[in-house]
Amino acid sequence: MMEKMFEVQDPVNHDTQTLQVNIGPQHPSTHGVFRMNVVLDGETVVSLKPVMGYLHRNHEQIAENISYTASMPYTDRLDYFNSMSNNFAWALAVEKLANLDVPERAQYIRVIMAELTRLVNHVSVIGFLLNDLGAFFTPVLYAFREREKILDIFEEVSGARMMCNFLRFGGIKRDLPAGTLERIKEVIQNFPKFLDEFETLLTKNEILCMRCQNVGVLPAELAVNASITGPMLRASGVNYDVRKADKYSIYDRFDFKIPLGQTGDVYDRYYCRVLEMRESLKILQQALRDIPVTGEIISKKMAPFVKAPRNFKPPVGEAYGRVEAPKGELGFYVVSDGTPQPWRYHVRAPSLINLTILEDLCIGHKVADAIVILGSIDIVLGEVDH
Amino acid sequence: MAFSKNQSEVDEGLKGELAKKGVVVTTINQLYNWGRQSSIWPMQFGLACCAIEMIATACARYDIARFGAELFRPSPRQSDLMIVAGTVTKKMAPQVVRLYNQMAEPKYVITMGACSIAGGPFIDGYNVLRGIDRYIPIDVHLPGCPPRPEALLYGLMELQKKIQSQEIETTEWYQKGMKREYPVPDFGPHGLVPKFNPEVWQPRELDHRKDKYGEPILIGRKTKAPDLDAPLATPPVAQPPKPQTA
Ligand code: SF4
Repeated sequence: MMEKMFEVQDPVNHDTQTLQVNIGPQHPSTHGVFRMNVVLDGETVVSLKPVMGYLHRNHEQIAENISYTASMPYTDRLDYFNSMSNNFAWALAVEKLANLDVPERAQYIRVIMAELTRLVNHVSVIGFLLNDLGAFFTPVLYAFREREKILDIFEEVSGARMMCNFLRFGGIKRDLPAGTLERIKEVIQNFPKFLDEFETLLTKNEILCMRCQNVGVLPAELAVNASITGPMLRASGVNYDVRKADKYSIYDRFDFKIPLGQTGDVYDRYYCRVLEMRESLKILQQALRDIPVTGEIISKKMAPFVKAPRNFKPPVGEAYGRVEAPKGELGFYVVSDGTPQPWRYHVRAPSLINLTILEDLCIGHKVADAIVILGSIDIVLGEVDH
Repeated sequence: MAFSKNQSEVDEGLKGELAKKGVVVTTINQLYNWGRQSSIWPMQFGLACCAIEMIATACARYDIARFGAELFRPSPRQSDLMIVAGTVTKKMAPQVVRLYNQMAEPKYVITMGACSIAGGPFIDGYNVLRGIDRYIPIDVHLPGCPPRPEALLYGLMELQKKIQSQEIETTEWYQKGMKREYPVPDFGPHGLVPKFNPEVWQPRELDHRKDKYGEPILIGRKTKAPDLDAPLATPPVAQPPKPQTA
């Protein structure tokens, strides 16, 4: 009886049925409210259709009905890990539109904040990636311990932990409180120690290597054709970083390298992020060394609009401002018709565009790998659905 | 919020004397509620930005485990508490109600953040539900955008107070025929149908609570979003041009 049960008539071409499974929208590994419509043959993914829109918060519609400055807090909520770099991109777009200059000290503070954000993002993403691999919550505990230290700095400068709303067009909202720079220095000094600890636990970990290497390989050609950006593109070996390519703000003054991957698998994406954190630390050290001790924090042109932001009317025209956000190239396209509200406002969200190749990466892998691949893409649903 | 505590009627002094001898006097209600309030299992269910603060609360610094609520369950069947952490869009609302229905009794809900209370910063949008309390009953509202982790802990403590005030004989889920399942709204082309569940929420004009407590005080600018839920008006019929009088 038992023998009969396990007997397979034709072990090569045996009949199998495909099974359709919905992963999400409430699922611990989808990083929010995201649904994957997966067709499985046994455990192998045959097709995968992402279903989005569960967090569509009509960001663009709202931004077209309010003043330019009032959009700033909404950009915080796009990619809620990295509010400062979202602010940065929106500020750059409007500065291009209205032709504003930014004082020296404000430039440095902006760069410091943007790079701190990158640390927060990468460290949390690695934690969540390990979560998806099955190391439930322990790496996240380490990651969030470091995140809290940086959030303390954000709270000190802007008053909020996550939703900073700190940058303004032509500068920043307020100057740093006394002693903040010392505290930032302290955090940066201790960060490499943490990274080493993290890496000893993870980088050569056998389980991590086996689960991640040669999983979800993204060829460089496909990555370029699908306009993937950020660490995902660089893990595939394409040397493209908006900080180097565009040299926005004052990034041309710093000496840093762009880490590149070779195979473009999940492991490369993980390791690229680790190396990027080390490069960010280099930028931070240089910025802290060079920052002017005192100085203006907002440009003279914008001074009358600090108290009355609704009077701010940029000239008619269009502009596209972009930054290298931790997830990829984040851009804001804005068209002004001379009124206090933008006529058109568009977000180029890196998470959304990086997510489009999910199916190509997952086909042929096991369903457990599909979840790891999704984790390595590093999406935030607020930005995917905006 | 003031909840009547379940107090045992034994004299406090006598209780103290007995406690010195190693005898504890309590009521079944107190003991039972103490057990329940110290092992609330929340559902691992994040919607938006507030979910990150929820995770931060679970992490080392704020450590929700001190309140016995560290066991985030991915399945609604195993959880007692739903923390609605984030924006509930109209597409997501049916899923949230369905998850609530799937939870086992007794079940509690905390809304975390301005969004899930009333739409938050996105209230003017066409796709954001103005508060999940239109469809399911809420125990604790936590304002903030996002609320700090301390605020979530405070909300949890308020919930514990509420649990402590419940009695075995009178609680809803021990009554016969008790079924706390709420109809799941449909996501139609013009938003959610029905627009709210009259059992748990009534618009201000219909709300009888206003007779009892007076008109609610409204603050802030009055904004108006396009009413997508309204039935489509018949398109205006072109009128023939009026004859011109010379
Ligand atoms: S209340 Fe604020 S932080 Fe929370 S989900 Fe809404 S927008 Fe995000």
